[in-house]
Amino acid sequence: MTAMLELRGVSLGFGALQALAEVDLNIMPGERVALVGANGSGKSTLLRLLHGLLRAGQGSVVRREGLRCAMLFQRPHVLRASVLGNVSLALWLQGQAWSEARAAALLYLQQVGLADLAARNARTLSGGQQQRLALACAWARRPDLLLLDEPTASLDPHAKRDVEALIAGWAAAPSDGASTTLVFASHNLGQVKRLAQRVIYLEQGRVLADLPVQSFFDTEVMRRGYRQAHLFLQGELT
Amino acid sequence: MESIALSVLAALQLIVAADTMLLQIVLRSLAVSALACLIGSVLGLVLGAWLAVLRFRGREAVLTLLNTLLALPSVVVGLVVYLLLSRSGPLGALGWLFSFKAMVLAQVILVLPVVTALTRQLIEDADRHHGEQLQSMGAGTGMRALLLAWDDRYALLTVLVLAFGRAISEVGAVMIVGGNVDGFTRVMTTAIALETSKGDLPLALGLGLVLLLLVLALNAIVTLLRRWRERVDGAFTAVTPGGLP
Repeated sequence: MTAMLELRGVSLGFGALQALAEVDLNIMPGERVALVGANGSGKSTLLRLLHGLLRAGQGSVVRREGLRCAMLFQRPHVLRASVLGNVSLALWLQGQAWSEARAAALLYLQQVGLADLAARNARTLSGGQQQRLALACAWARRPDLLLLDEPTASLDPHAKRDVEALIAGWAAAPSDGASTTLVFASHNLGQVKRLAQRVIYLEQGRVLADLPVQSFFDTEVMRRGYRQAHLFLQGELT
Repeated sequence: MESIALSVLAALQLIVAADTMLLQIVLRSLAVSALACLIGSVLGLVLGAWLAVLRFRGREAVLTLLNTLLALPSVVVGLVVYLLLSRSGPLGALGWLFSFKAMVLAQVILVLPVVTALTRQLIEDADRHHGEQLQSMGAGTGMRALLLAWDDRYALLTVLVLAFGRAISEVGAVMIVGGNVDGFTRVMTTAIALETSKGDLPLALGLGLVLLLLVLALNAIVTLLRRWRERVDGAFTAVTPGGLP
């Protein structure tokens, strides 16, 4: 199987700050990849780079032709418009006629459980509802690759569970015939265990571990081969 | 003290009786400033939005110049427009000097930097916070600017109201390029200056009161807009099917 995204020796800096350093990475179709690491380790930068919102300073990023990406930001912004209007806009930006976009938007709102609130001003939604709305907007792009930047970081446990269930459902369900590839950044190791198949550990912009999820949570494997990632894990778990 | 009280009383009588001369001057002022604001706002919104999202060489210099123009004295604008429109000036052939058009042109130049600079600031701040998200949804640079402007529409309405306030209350530019010709280019601010110098305090005071009321009304509109925006963003709203998002 060929990779949908290939990063070779990718480095990226913002002034004096080295956000990513010599990253080599393949993202395969259908994978569920978690990015973990401390704040400032480069997770969000890597997600933006994978999406194409940022360009590599050095190295190469090879993207499969026609790859459709969507991204959910940590604190998504909903436009000062109705809930339906927000999703319709996402569809309209892809070239759908406005009337068609409005009809299709309702289907996406049903998927995230917000159809009853379609006419409501999106700014009046709760944090969890806004996150679900942002997910609907991202999902409306029918992405091959769904990128999520700490998708449940600012949510209460109930909202967290709802959003996580949605993501898990979408990652399992095919989008246009192939299952959606998921890359998400998270500090929630329980969520990483539940959602990911593969874990990439970043520190100061470098990939220090790239393992199947079982190995990442195997104390012996980590202690022997990935000392820094192991220390991070210990710190997060205690 | 007594003469001031009498003048105020006479001014109020002029307003209540809708004195023809007073009414003509007020309507002319409103027409000049409204037209100038309309033209200045359309240009300023486009220019501000464009400056907010585009990155080009020399942008910082343009922004510094723009911010400097915010403090442009109206008499300087008047002088520049006068030189442009005077018989020997580059636009002298238009024959606009001492006309309604000259006053509109001067006020457009006055409000354009205000609308452009404030629009640029508002949209650039919004772009910094969520421009990337719109970009990830497939919005190009122009569409991003348009959507951010739409999203900040209430704040932009406040900018437009402020621009109108700047236009209607200035005196220097319209005095120089309009010439304060009775029945043609006399507006509230120039009339107040003239009538005060002539000692006709009732008309000057009457116009002053109307001007104050207008500025008060503008401020009330700004406050109401802010309240409306808070209410709309904090309560249920009905959306007409098929309407704008």
